Amino acid sequence: MKRFLFSLMFFLLLILIWAGCTGELAFLGLSESLWSPFVLPSPGVVAQYLWDNTLNGKIPMSMLITLRRLLIGYAIGLVLGVPLGMLSARFRSVSDTLGVLALGLQALPSVCWVPLACIWFGQTEAALLFVVIMGTLWSVLLSTQNGMRSVPPIYARAARTMGAGPLHTLVFVTLPASAPFVVSGMKQGWAFAWRSLMAAEIYVSVVSGFGIGQYLHYGRELQRMYQVIGIMFIIILVGLLADKILFSPAEAWLHRRWGTDKE
Amino acid sequence: MIHDKLEQEINAFPTAKLSVEHVCKDFRTRNGSVRALDDVSLTINEGEFVCFVGPSGCGKSTLLNIIAGLDKPDSGLALIDGVPITGPGRDRMVMFQEHALFPWLDVIGNVMFGLKQKPNLTDKERLEVAKYYLFLVKMDRFAHSNIHELSGGMRQRVALARSLAPNPKILLMDEPFSALDAMTRERLYGDIQDVWAKRKKTIIFVTHNVREAVCLGSRVVLFSPHPGRIREQFPVNLARPRNINNHDLADLSMQITSALKGYTAAESD
Ligand SMILES: Nc1ncnc2c1ncn2[C@@H]1O[C@H](COP(=O)(O)OP(=O)(O)O)[C@@H](O)[C@H]1O
Ligand SMILES: [Mg+2]
Repeated sequence: MKRFLFSLMFFLLLILIWAGCTGELAFLGLSESLWSPFVLPSPGVVAQYLWDNTLNGKIPMSMLITLRRLLIGYAIGLVLGVPLGMLSARFRSVSDTLGVLALGLQALPSVCWVPLACIWFGQTEAALLFVVIMGTLWSVLLSTQNGMRSVPPIYARAARTMGAGPLHTLVFVTLPASAPFVVSGMKQGWAFAWRSLMAAEIYVSVVSGFGIGQYLHYGRELQRMYQVIGIMFIIILVGLLADKILFSPAEAWLHRRWGTDKE
Repeated sequence: MIHDKLEQEINAFPTAKLSVEHVCKDFRTRNGSVRALDDVSLTINEGEFVCFVGPSGCGKSTLLNIIAGLDKPDSGLALIDGVPITGPGRDRMVMFQEHALFPWLDVIGNVMFGLKQKPNLTDKERLEVAKYYLFLVKMDRFAHSNIHELSGGMRQRVALARSLAPNPKILLMDEPFSALDAMTRERLYGDIQDVWAKRKKTIIFVTHNVREAVCLGSRVVLFSPHPGRIREQFPVNLARPRNINNHDLADLSMQITSALKGYTAAESD
């Protein structure tokens, strides 16, 4: 609680400094903004923008559009990445080919896929999804592969002595045993998916829907700095919420079961 | 009706006669090949409690893994009731040195794992059987604990319940207590003798501790390394339950220890 208050104070202070520099603390004599509002708008203007556009539905709508793209791309990335990672952990021929490819492509920041996606798919949803999938797939593949490889072989041996067949062992032993690694890989994949989608939305405008990243882009085009900053807050918020809603419960469960909780 | 079937399940005492005939096993390593077992032959009768002793590297685990069906001999045969062993089976359960319990399942989930491989039982009956074995190893109060919450001794007791639950004919134990402290180990010596008496299993127990072997076994089989061979066998006819601190274990322990020293000294000459 004390630590929470301490953090809260820190962020309040940041906002106060921001307000002070942009002329919103007139009662303290700070009525002059140091910069033009084109460069740095005041927190009040940004808040007003967020408030209005939340009420008129534009921001919630764009969040929905963005989240839909994110979830579809991420799901495809997982559905491809987890089984390929398992194959790569299991068969040397796969890890020497696909594993090496994944290692190489993972080193490529996903925004670098954007030009290629635009040429291949044009200004379409498919281009956006492609970038998200490229951003997710390789890191999920690699972390699943590493997770499966770090499972102590004694678990599979124990399962075999208890009469479990190869498929049963894979599904009920190796997979759950590698769960902590796979979940942290999924989390990393999610972070990559989110970053890729923002990059893609900023560069690719499609008629099929206006996502958050596109609002950010048009904020710049129209010289609306309050929109740019407001949308940046929204992006932070979505990233944090996804982490809390999707991954925190899974991680907490894993920590409790495995006894890896620090604290 | 359900009770009859449960009682049948719990009161069945399958045992088996095991024989190992001229088994050889080599391992390739970077420095050439190691002969882990060299022409090893052995017969173990139904319901016997046999201890394998010897210094580390003399092939005890290798032989146990062959009997478990996890490894194959290069030559020779291992048979159960005259049938060659070709792979792992529910008639033989293994308890490893590290507990090898699954951390993603709770205590009862672990005991259920082996039972789930066993057909002809409903899930409810499996649960009852699992509870019975947890009770037998005095762990029934911890049925829903996570594995990491248990002490080393408790974990090995759960591992014991897990290997007993499918009611195997043969229980194979590879240095199961060597990572535990002396006090815990002494309690488990009592428990395992109790289980053996109650469940009438054929048990093979691997250890490098001679006194432990004499305390538990009805026969002690002495191995020597490089190459792994069976050197001598000692019947143990002391009254049970035995306590590891009893004086009557001392004579035989001493005799086995000096035999062991003889073989290892002769080898280094
Ligand atoms: N998987 C393996 N690969 C190579 N060498 C092995 C392997 N398993 C056992 N050995 C060797 O075989 C010999 C017997 O090993 P082991 O059966 O584990 O002995 P013990 O259980 O009596 O200590 C040792 O010299 C050991 O180094
Ligand atoms: Mg060993």
